[in-house]
Amino acid sequence: MAQLFVEASKIARARELAQSAAREVQAFIDRHTTVSIERTVLRLLGISGTGTRGAPLANLMVDRLREAKVLHRGAAYWLGRALRASPGKDPLHAIERVAAHPEKAPPLTAAEEVQLREEMRAESRSAIRELQSRIEQREELKRSLRVGSFEGAPWKYVIVATGNIHDDVEQARAAAQQGADVIAVIRSTAQSLLDYVPDGATTEGYGGTYATQENFRIMREALDAESRKLSRYLHLTNYSSGLCMPEIAFMAAYERLDMLLNDAMYGILFRDINMKRTFCDQYFSRRICGSAKIIINTGEDNYITTADADEAAHTVIASQLINETFAHLAGMKDEWIGFGHSFEIDPAREDTLLRELAMAMMVRELFPRSPIKYMPPTKHKEGDIFFSHAYDVMADLVAVTTRQGIQLLGMMTEAMHNPFLMDRYVALKSAGYVYRAARHLGEEISFRPDGIVARRQQEVFDKALHLLEEVARDGMMAAIGKARFGDTARTPEGGKGLEGVIERGADYFNPFLEILEGKA
Amino acid sequence: MKQPIRPYGDRKDDGVIQLSFVLPVPASEKAKEAAATVAKKLGLSHVLVACMEKAGEDYSFCVVYGRTHMQLDYAAIEVPTVVHRKHGFDELNEVIQRDVGRRIVVVGACIGTDSHTTGIDAIMNMKGFAGDYGLERYPLFRAINLGSQVEPAALVARAKAENADAVLVSKVVTQRDVHKEDARALLDIARAEGIFEKTLFLFGGPRVDHKTALELGFDAGFGPGTKPSDVANYIYYRLLERAGKAPPPQQTAHGTQDATVAGTGEKLGDTL
Repeated sequence: MAQLFVEASKIARARELAQSAAREVQAFIDRHTTVSIERTVLRLLGISGTGTRGAPLANLMVDRLREAKVLHRGAAYWLGRALRASPGKDPLHAIERVAAHPEKAPPLTAAEEVQLREEMRAESRSAIRELQSRIEQREELKRSLRVGSFEGAPWKYVIVATGNIHDDVEQARAAAQQGADVIAVIRSTAQSLLDYVPDGATTEGYGGTYATQENFRIMREALDAESRKLSRYLHLTNYSSGLCMPEIAFMAAYERLDMLLNDAMYGILFRDINMKRTFCDQYFSRRICGSAKIIINTGEDNYITTADADEAAHTVIASQLINETFAHLAGMKDEWIGFGHSFEIDPAREDTLLRELAMAMMVRELFPRSPIKYMPPTKHKEGDIFFSHAYDVMADLVAVTTRQGIQLLGMMTEAMHNPFLMDRYVALKSAGYVYRAARHLGEEISFRPDGIVARRQQEVFDKALHLLEEVARDGMMAAIGKARFGDTARTPEGGKGLEGVIERGADYFNPFLEILEGKA
Repeated sequence: MKQPIRPYGDRKDDGVIQLSFVLPVPASEKAKEAAATVAKKLGLSHVLVACMEKAGEDYSFCVVYGRTHMQLDYAAIEVPTVVHRKHGFDELNEVIQRDVGRRIVVVGACIGTDSHTTGIDAIMNMKGFAGDYGLERYPLFRAINLGSQVEPAALVARAKAENADAVLVSKVVTQRDVHKEDARALLDIARAEGIFEKTLFLFGGPRVDHKTALELGFDAGFGPGTKPSDVANYIYYRLLERAGKAPPPQQTAHGTQDATVAGTGEKLGDTL
């Protein structure tokens, strides 16, 4: 029933503006690589595990190449060179030898250069084939099982975050048995600021559990078993954000995760990660997600947890259109782009239900082929768990009525502790009730073209259009510098991780990018 | 004058308490009895297990009512609070001009790994909170908000460089008491850098209260619902006090008397 009261010409204009703003950034992306992109290339080529003091081999190798100032040619090239120069040696030592004196490496003939690249391309194609076969396993399991509560019902998304992956498994199984469709394992606080991905199974974390490839594997295995038992597919999601966006995307794809939080601007605004770094990293991570059919969840909900949800609603729409463009530029299809927004208007005000419906319908209709990721209230959450459940249930009602695709069922104990078993239990029980009770509500009601809902959509969209005009005129980077999104200003040279951004050389070689961009 | 009280559900002094919890056993009559036993072992009588249902194969969700017989003397509970007459926006700017004679410098941040800037932004940013302007809006305050995930050392360094009168620290994430660890680390660095004595240290967040802040070594703590004007007034008064110009805010004694089980004088915490 989702109704849209915005003129089609304005929507088309907004998309053009978003595209023009993003294209300028894309030109920058296409000229650069990052340490995390190059580490991902090495991981795709089978470099895994850790070296001394637990540092991942991919980090040790890329760091050597960066220090030797040769990373602009691409890690895949140097791995090929190194293995050729030191056949039979382990890859780290081989890379270290080349990186120690890159100028002394015996020059290759033109034919050898071509041959080296062809060998690495062949390796890359076989790596991608292996990845695709793993994705196909995931898809096959999903096809054989029921998905979601009923056709069109939002997928019930809950989080687990005990810090211990084995406890997380227990909590996830209990939630699945109560009707959860998606399990998110919240990451340990500030993992996004680590410029490496920790290794192995972990049992200690703060406010969450480290995202590691082994933790992904453990949880996916448990959910596979539980899915078969319940005859209902359980999705797994994690976070491709922070300083290791593309690496997490690769690990998640390999371990058959279904979704990833992945936003073109979130890290810049809310984690103070350098914008050049994030723009490049989001691109390669989305290339991987698109190829692995991973649904990304964008992070616009965060804008209205810092700024006022009523006043800043237009920044959500503008940013979604920008995220859409970046995702398209990275080759993603609409059905893999889960646009994020949230139920966050101050509950002390009147008619918030109408205003939330207006927004939820508008987002639903602007992106008709995409799963919409609906987030619950957090900003105005206080300690009262009873009111918290009542408040979350209003979001459930909006979600099912407007057919949001994926709904986080509440951060019931926001800012106190992670949700307890009983909090998730009550949230799942209540959402089940609301989805049943309001299953066809949306099909039965329509809103007045001159009413609060229609006017609210028009007002928000007009402001979004105005903001996009400004962003297209000044450029994305300048607009972020003026705190146009999330009330937070960032500069192109500020933030963490800029030292990991490297201009590609004329001879830059990334066989995976060639394949993912359809050029090989 | 004693003021004995008990929790109150239906009839005054009935001592009614509602509990909800999960037991790590499958739902069953036995699980229900176990839920009742939890309540009884907590010292409750008239125990009613209103709900015992399956929360996944291996778990039972329980809602239990019972009555407690403990009683406490409300009059004996003391909570330190910050007390002073509050100036309005314009008036505060005027008195700062008159009594301090310069802009008050405040540096604030969310420290450690915390990225939740809602609290610090509400107090420091222009917009403020619930219609109460933030410190940036006051002409007589210089408010420097460093934002999220600031290392304690970086906050102290900036405070020192700015010759700050007050440092505002916000912590929202409190899992495993990480907020207290970071707060202590901050004060240790401030001591080492020699700015602890001359700077006011204020601690804020949804799980922060004045008492906890004092225990951690801060000058004051501000919990949920604090308005920027509360913080602005507090800083003004404390600066006056440090300059010897006004009486300090009234401080009550620290600590909360332990609740006792009525009639026995036995400490409740020791009974189980």
